[in-house]
Amino acid sequence: MRLYFAVKEKSCIFAAKFENEKFYFMTKPLKIVVLAKQVPDTRNVGKDAMTPEGTVNRAALPAIFNPEDLNALEQALRLKEQIQGSTVGVLTMGPPRAGEIIGSTVGVLTMGPPRAGEIIRQGLFRGADTGWLLTDRLFAGADTLATSYALATAIKKIGDVDIVIGGRQAIDGDTAQVGPQVAQKLGLNQVTYAEEILKIENNIATIRRHIDGGVETVEVPLPCVITVNGSAAPCRPCNAKLVMKYKYAMCPLEVDANSEFGIRNVELSKTRPYLTLNQWSVADVDGDPNQCGLSGSPTKVKTVQNIVFQAKESKTLTASDSDVEGLIKELLEEKIIG
Amino acid sequence: MNNVFVYIETEGTQVAEVSQELLTKGRKLADQLGVELHAVVAGTGIKGKVEDQILPYGVDKLFAFDDEGLFPYTSAPHTDILVNLFKEEQPQICLMGATVIGRDLGPRVSSSLTSGLTADCTQLEIGDFDDVKTKKHYDNLLYQIRPAFGGNIVATIVNPDHRPQMATVRSGVMQKAIYEGKAKNEVVYPEVSKYVSPEAYVVKVLDHHVEAAKHNLKGSPIVVAGGYGMGSKEGFDMLFELAKVLHGEVGASRAAVDAGFCDNDRQIGQTGVTVHPKVYIACGISGQIQHIAGMQDSKIIISVNSDPDAPINKIADYVIVGTVEEVVPKLIKYYKQNSK
Repeated sequence: MRLYFAVKEKSCIFAAKFENEKFYFMTKPLKIVVLAKQVPDTRNVGKDAMTPEGTVNRAALPAIFNPEDLNALEQALRLKEQIQGSTVGVLTMGPPRAGEIIGSTVGVLTMGPPRAGEIIRQGLFRGADTGWLLTDRLFAGADTLATSYALATAIKKIGDVDIVIGGRQAIDGDTAQVGPQVAQKLGLNQVTYAEEILKIENNIATIRRHIDGGVETVEVPLPCVITVNGSAAPCRPCNAKLVMKYKYAMCPLEVDANSEFGIRNVELSKTRPYLTLNQWSVADVDGDPNQCGLSGSPTKVKTVQNIVFQAKESKTLTASDSDVEGLIKELLEEKIIG
Repeated sequence: MNNVFVYIETEGTQVAEVSQELLTKGRKLADQLGVELHAVVAGTGIKGKVEDQILPYGVDKLFAFDDEGLFPYTSAPHTDILVNLFKEEQPQICLMGATVIGRDLGPRVSSSLTSGLTADCTQLEIGDFDDVKTKKHYDNLLYQIRPAFGGNIVATIVNPDHRPQMATVRSGVMQKAIYEGKAKNEVVYPEVSKYVSPEAYVVKVLDHHVEAAKHNLKGSPIVVAGGYGMGSKEGFDMLFELAKVLHGEVGASRAAVDAGFCDNDRQIGQTGVTVHPKVYIACGISGQIQHIAGMQDSKIIISVNSDPDAPINKIADYVIVGTVEEVVPKLIKYYKQNSK
């Protein structure tokens, strides 16, 4: 005999399962939102990343899923597997038009993602259930605070979220500010630098996190915001079946009626509504335009400069024994090493 | 009012070095602005134990919050302390370490106060700003200078209208020095419950484990650093050997750390440690800007690279063109032969 029922205790609901004459208490299904960002791949900056004029050569930097956001997605997907009925949605922001350039926190020009819904699709391919693309001209020029405001309003709109989880930081800004600021805007507790969500019981998450020179284990009541460190488990690869299922999923703004993908999307979404991805503007999330984009950003970029290092007059040596020994002797004589 | 504040980080009763580095920087900024340098510290059982580690760096006034539950650090109580103290004190600048704690606390505080925060600044200066759009002129703003876009450009950020102007700085970027001028050295112990609500203590730290640093890369006079060109974790073994004979430490570029050749606590660069050694030996490091920014102040730079056009060679004093496999063992051999 198998029996399911729910009991309400304090403020949280537990589902209980009666099976093989035993009770199993299960945590209620979780609604998880993963914050994910499409970023230029600044890690693999080659010689061609800067143009001869000294500007950033965007074409040389492919747009990728921010690496630590993938670590966060993995933690979310694991929870979904552990706690029956849980859902995972991917929330991302992108410019209104493909290829459009927006100014970000540090006044860096970030590359307009060629296909803004790509991050959501990448999430769906790995096991997420849904996604939202937050896009509006009003978001342009946002620093971390205005970005956090936009994300927080979207999370409120999604509603009843148990866990908001994202990467510790994005590789194009390296600020690590958005997670804590979203938490503050939502009035939620935060756990940053998480390495593993060890368990969720009685509506309390136990999390192992990285700290300077060590590790810490903390307990935090849900709902909460978690940011995940790059030392956490890597994300699973795309699932072939899910890739087939969501291949033609698109946000309305991406649909180009002249492209093969666009045509397929229009055709297939008539019978498969999940192929139309959520796309929200400031108005859709009841946002205050004054707190978005440039006007909602306390920080202003004064100047942006290329880095020029002072070149030195260097002595070039070969790998020959006499050259290497000569150098060592010189350094020893001048007491530079000793 | 309008003073410069530094948030002091502690591990137990040990003050973090980065906080002392920021006090020295904060003192200079305060002197330049003609205001006082204030420090705020929060912990458990710190009274009488941390003051001597803080005041000598030129602190005019220290706010020491000592109570149960303030160590180990959790976000909410420390946020409450800073937010409520800043509402009273109205500082113009607040600096904190770009550490795990500073990067957890800073954004939370800045969001609460709707003030701007710039992470991982590499330089802090005072200067004027003209807003082109509003045509407004601002005197004496904090220039928060930081690398951006993976370190390929450097941006100067200002917070014209919001206070405090907040910035985090990584350990080792600024240099600490005992203040030789006269500071007021006043210490107050505010009542914690007036600043922190009881609900703030909801996150529980079950286990807190910190190991003493395994190495002293930041303070080492000789650094042997390896890049992606080392090829493997095993490739780094010879760098450890070279560092050992030279009595130095091993560092790594981000590419080498990302490839898993070396632990990330040895990463040198904008997103790692900044070093200022007497001798820096770069092995198989091409020299991305983000790396160079963390070691360019080294006195003597030796580059070992098979590519004679590697960008790092431009800033090197000595360039040895050759493979690391060939050159590094020779460096070890000839040092052993010629030293003593």
